[in-house]
Amino acid sequence: MKGTTIVEKQPVQTHQKKATAGSGAKQKILAFASLIVLIVVFSLSSSNFFVFDNLVGIMLSTAVIGVLALGSTFVIITGGIDLSVGTVMTFSSVMAGVIINFWHVPLPLGVVGGILAGAICGLTSGLMVAKMKIPPFIATLAMMMITKGLSLVISGTKPIYFNDYPNFAKISMGKLIPGIPNAILIFLGLGVIASIILTKTLIGRYTFALGSNEEATRLSGVNTVRWKIVIYTMTGVFSGIAGILMASRLNSAQPALGSGYELDAIAAVVIGGTSLSGGAGSILGTVIGALIMSVLTNGLRILSVAPEWQTVIVGFVIILAVYADILRRRKR
Amino acid sequence: MKRKQWFILLAMMLSLTTVLGACSSGDKGDGKTYIPVISKGFQHQFWQAVKSGAEKAAKEFDVKITFEGPETESQVDKQIEMLQTALDKKPSAIAFAALDSKAALPLLEKAKSNNIPVIGFDSGVDSDIPVATAATDNVKAAALAADKMAEFIGGSGEVALVVHDQTSRTGIDRRDGFKNQIESKYPNIKIVDIQYGGGDQLKSTDLAKAIMQAHPNLKGFFGANEGSAIGVVNAVNELKKNGQITIIGYDSGKQQTDAVRSGTMAGAITQDPIGIGYWSVKAAVMAIKGEAVDKNIDTGFHWYDKNNIDSDEIKPLLYD
Repeated sequence: MKGTTIVEKQPVQTHQKKATAGSGAKQKILAFASLIVLIVVFSLSSSNFFVFDNLVGIMLSTAVIGVLALGSTFVIITGGIDLSVGTVMTFSSVMAGVIINFWHVPLPLGVVGGILAGAICGLTSGLMVAKMKIPPFIATLAMMMITKGLSLVISGTKPIYFNDYPNFAKISMGKLIPGIPNAILIFLGLGVIASIILTKTLIGRYTFALGSNEEATRLSGVNTVRWKIVIYTMTGVFSGIAGILMASRLNSAQPALGSGYELDAIAAVVIGGTSLSGGAGSILGTVIGALIMSVLTNGLRILSVAPEWQTVIVGFVIILAVYADILRRRKR
Repeated sequence: MKRKQWFILLAMMLSLTTVLGACSSGDKGDGKTYIPVISKGFQHQFWQAVKSGAEKAAKEFDVKITFEGPETESQVDKQIEMLQTALDKKPSAIAFAALDSKAALPLLEKAKSNNIPVIGFDSGVDSDIPVATAATDNVKAAALAADKMAEFIGGSGEVALVVHDQTSRTGIDRRDGFKNQIESKYPNIKIVDIQYGGGDQLKSTDLAKAIMQAHPNLKGFFGANEGSAIGVVNAVNELKKNGQITIIGYDSGKQQTDAVRSGTMAGAITQDPIGIGYWSVKAAVMAIKGEAVDKNIDTGFHWYDKNNIDSDEIKPLLYD
């Protein structure tokens, strides 16, 4: 088995190089430039935008969606999709709430348990996609409904509070670095980890390979079923961590939350230059994409733009970002 | 291999039917009077309190009820479907909290022509069909919130609103009730922003923070439902502006009552959700028996703050 992995590495690796190096640099510069333009425009329009507290606020509001987007990046690069990330996040937070509050398990174990719940959901989606050959859209749509319902069932439709465990709130809102809530550090740290996984490990290599040409990857001897399951499970882990971050910030697990978050996550991934048809993408792009989304919503709110128009504008920005990416690809 | 997969499929279907069989306790059968209660939601604590009130009445008058509602207050279509299904079961009466009363009108007329009495609850239905309506006067309640706000901030300064929804009846009534009261009675108070967070605590937190950044001189904040109010509390805590901004909330829930007790929130308006649920079923029972029912059953609203939160008058109205 070991021998074959080494042999098969060669073609797959070149494949991946092409994909990342091609889409990488320029798209990142493009996305980064849009982010800077947005920040400059908002700073000029309102003196209340470029203020330390507000910038921290923007980063903090990026954390939950950002972590979901990090996880989504992997499945989207494989050419799949995960519609369940938002409700799996909620499910994980509810499970953490149940484990900590009702089973009275020590806090760190409860947190691990919540993340594990997310991993199990991801594993199940992965099995459905890879083993049962259910299209990812359908499999994760079903998982979305199942986790949404289960969160309500398990919690008895009531929020679960962490008031008896004051340390729980510190996961997100404690400040290891003065002035910066931990949630931001966790998000950025996970970004670095995700980036290393995507570019430096076998998981990352096969993520790109599956998205570029699944059949060729399978024929070159890669166990595509196993790697798909691994990737979906990993996305579940990210959702689980997002669930902990959210519950910690709200000091409660809110069973009715989370629907629609998957679309925000997908939007962040796509704005960051990851292709929905798979095979290309980057973590840095996703981080920038998530930041663009939250800078935009925050800036429009600071300017008191009517809320109905805010949504319209965000929609247009998604079109612009993705179209710019398509134009650039076509030129090549 | 093939056969194994078929077995798995068969096993899954079997277990699913078993589960379904166990879950459904049967809608009819025991010959009791059946009253479906169609609410605007079921996930929020407020609706759970309404449900417990409805169940209390069902027990008291020995009738059978079902309680259901759509997931969010914008799902008018889903609610109409629920109403349709409920009517098809030929109930003795229906209790209905319309998300959009005009959209429901054809079905309500059908109910009327079949002699099924309709009881409105939570918010009014713009039609003559409901025999009675058990509701809070949200406009008046929000006006009381505005008066309290003016009292706390001394009659002048900037205030902002976080509202759950801009299309639902309660969202509109609470927003306008607050806004009109401020504009007509307190010319020195300026409403600088009104934003909508869908009742989502996380989104409401982030948007309340943005409003506070945009308006550093903000003196007061009104959160028009539980999720919005908790979002405002989180935002003020996160920006460490406790004591500098007067927060007024709506409804209850543990986090809100905690905030009132700690002084972060000046106070809040509470409705009587249990009363709303109770009266919706009680009025239905009375209508079935042909007894006279008040057309408008005002279930009332109250101001609570840390002084009266544990009083006998307020305590039963608050839910955790």
